Amino acid sequence: MSSSPEKMITGSQATLMALDEAMAADEKVIVLGEDVADREGGGVFKATKGLSTKYGDQRVRSTPISEQAIVGAAVGAAIAGMKPVAEIMLMNFITVAMDQIVNHAAKIRFMSGGRTGVPLTIRTTTGAGAGTGGQHSDMLEAWLAHTPGLKVVVPSNPIDQKGLLHSCIMDEDPCIFVENTLLMRTRGPAPEPGHITPIGKANVVREGEDVTVISYGRPMSDVKAVADKLKEEGLSVEVIDLRTIVPLDEETVLNSVAKTKRAVIVHEAVKSFGVGAEVATRINEELFGQLKAPVVRVASKNTPVPFAKSLENAFLWSAAEIEVAIRTTLN
Amino acid sequence: MSNEKNMPDAKVMVDIFQKMALIKASDERFLSVIKSGRIAAPYYSPRGQEAIPAALAVNLNQDDYWITIYRGVHDQLAKGVPLRDLWAEYAGRMEGSCKGKGGPMHITHPESGVMVTTGIVGSGIPIANGLGWASQLNGDGRVTICCFGDGASNIGAFHEGLNLASLWKLPVIFVCQNNLFGEHTAYANSTPVKQISDRAAAYGMVGVNVDGNDPVAMWGVAQEAVARARAGEGPTLIEAMTFRFNGHNLGDTGECIPKEQYDAAVKRDPFPRYRTRLIADGIANEDELAAIESQISADLDDAVEFALAGEEATSDELLYDVYAEKIKG
Repeated sequence: MSSSPEKMITGSQATLMALDEAMAADEKVIVLGEDVADREGGGVFKATKGLSTKYGDQRVRSTPISEQAIVGAAVGAAIAGMKPVAEIMLMNFITVAMDQIVNHAAKIRFMSGGRTGVPLTIRTTTGAGAGTGGQHSDMLEAWLAHTPGLKVVVPSNPIDQKGLLHSCIMDEDPCIFVENTLLMRTRGPAPEPGHITPIGKANVVREGEDVTVISYGRPMSDVKAVADKLKEEGLSVEVIDLRTIVPLDEETVLNSVAKTKRAVIVHEAVKSFGVGAEVATRINEELFGQLKAPVVRVASKNTPVPFAKSLENAFLWSAAEIEVAIRTTLN
Repeated sequence: MSNEKNMPDAKVMVDIFQKMALIKASDERFLSVIKSGRIAAPYYSPRGQEAIPAALAVNLNQDDYWITIYRGVHDQLAKGVPLRDLWAEYAGRMEGSCKGKGGPMHITHPESGVMVTTGIVGSGIPIANGLGWASQLNGDGRVTICCFGDGASNIGAFHEGLNLASLWKLPVIFVCQNNLFGEHTAYANSTPVKQISDRAAAYGMVGVNVDGNDPVAMWGVAQEAVARARAGEGPTLIEAMTFRFNGHNLGDTGECIPKEQYDAAVKRDPFPRYRTRLIADGIANEDELAAIESQISADLDDAVEFALAGEEATSDELLYDVYAEKIKG
C-alpha cells in the first residue's frame, strides 16, 4: 500500500483528492449535486471545494434540491459518454432517486443489450454516531447490493477512500460510493498521489490463524483494535476489510475462513437481511463441513437510528460485542 | 399555432407522410401478429399519435437524441430505428435492437439516436437533461427530444426535470403527447389545469399547446423549439393534443372511453386527414402515396420474417451486459 506516514488527511480530503485527480486526467469527469460548487461552499463536507474554480462551473454544477433530477442527469450524461460523479448529500436521500438508480442506472446496460452503458458514480455520505437521527444516518448498502447492475463500495480509511473512488469514477458501470459521516472528518494516513485501489479486492489487514473477522466501513477501526487486544492474549485474528460489497471478493473471504474455520461478520447497517447474512450464507454454502463454529454477525440493532446518545450507543455495534462474538466463536 | 407562411416544403410533407404511414402500418401489423400468437409481447398501440413524432423527426438530425416511453414505437420508427431491429426485439431474438433483453418497453438504438425507452412514467425527463448537459459540454449542437404522456406531468420527475432543464438552459424539448388518458383515467380526473403547456410558466419555460393531429402545425412548433434549443436558448414544453384509438394496452376493451369522445376523435384521426390533404393540395398524387404504402408493407413482410427467423438467446447470454464484464454463472 502506498502511503506517506508523515501526512494525515480526512475522508473529505481523500474524496477531494480523488475527484481532483480524475478531473485533471479526464475531461469527461463531471460533478453535480447540492452545493457542490464553490459559490455554495464546495459541498457540506467540503469534499468538492475548489473544483468548480479549477475546472469551471460547467463541469462542476450545483443543483436544486432535486435528487431525481440529479441522478437522472447523471444517467443521461453517462449514456452520452461522460463520467459523472453525482453527490447525493446523505444516503437517506437516495430514496428520492431510487427509480433512477434501480430502474435506470442499474438496468440500462442490460436492457439495451449492451448498446449503452451508465458509467456514473454516486457519492453519498451516511452513518450513525453523530446524533443525526433517523433520516440522515442509515446504511442502505444492502438495498443497492440487492440490485444487479450496481457496484457498491464502502471505504474504511482515507487511503482506500481516495483509491476506490478513483476506480469507481473510471469504472464502466454505475458505482455507489458510500462515505461515512464521521470518517469524513477523521484523519488517517494519506495516500500517495495517483494511488488507486481496485474495486472487488478485499484487504487482509491482519493475518491470523484462529478466526476471521470480516467487516467494512467505520467498524473496521474497532475490529482492528479488538484483534490487537486479543493478540496480546495469544489469540490470532485474521481481519478482512471487504472494501467492496459488490462485486464481493468471495475468494479472499473463503480462503481465509477455510484456513481459520471460524468467521465473525461486523457491519454498521442493521443486522436483518443485510450484507452479513449474504456473506454468512456464502461461507456456509462453500465451507459448511469445515466450520468449527456457526458464523456470527455483529451489527446495529433492528430499529431506526435514534437521536439520544444513550439510544444511539445502544443501537450501534460496540467493540465489546465484537470481542464477545469472537470469544464465543472460539469456544 | 399553424403558421401558414412557414409551411414545410413538399418533400418534407411527403417525408412526414412516409413516417406516419410506417407507424400506422407497423401498428396494424403488430396487432395482427401478436394476436395470432406468433409473437408474445406486451403492446401499447400508438394509433392516432402518428403525426407528432413524424413532424418532430423531420426537424432533426440522425445524431439528435430521443427518449421515449413504453408507448413509444411511433417515436422509435419516426427517429429511424430499423424495422428489422425493432421487430426482432419484440420477438425476443438476438438480432433485436437489444438482443431481446429489453423488449418492447426498452427499445434502445443509439445509431438512430433512440437512447432510452422507459417503462416508468415520467422517468425519461430527468435523463433527457443529462443528454442535454453532455451536448452542452461537448458543444455538439445536438438536441434531445423527450416524449411522455399527459399522465407523466403529474409525477414528481416532471417537476424536478423541467425545473433543472430551464435553470440550466438545456437543449431539450419536452413533448407531452396528450392523448387524454393516463392508463384508464381521463385527463380531467387526474389533472386540474386546463392544459399541461400552462405548467411551463412555473419553470420560466416556453410552453406551447398544439394540435398534435395536424402534422403541419406540429412541424412548425417543432421547428421553433429545435431552433431555440440549438441556439442555446433553452428548453420548450410542447403539449401536442391527440388521442389513442386502441386504449392503454393490447387487451384494453376501451370501456373507459365514452363513445361520443371516441367518435369525435375518429373524425380528427390524423392519418386519413393528412393523406387526403396531400392529394387535395397537390403535394402528392394517389399513386405516389400508394407506392409509399406498398413499400412499407413489403418492408414489414421482410421485418416480420426476419424477426421470426431470428436466433433465440442461449442461457449463457443472461450473464452478459449486467456489467461491462461477463458475470459468473
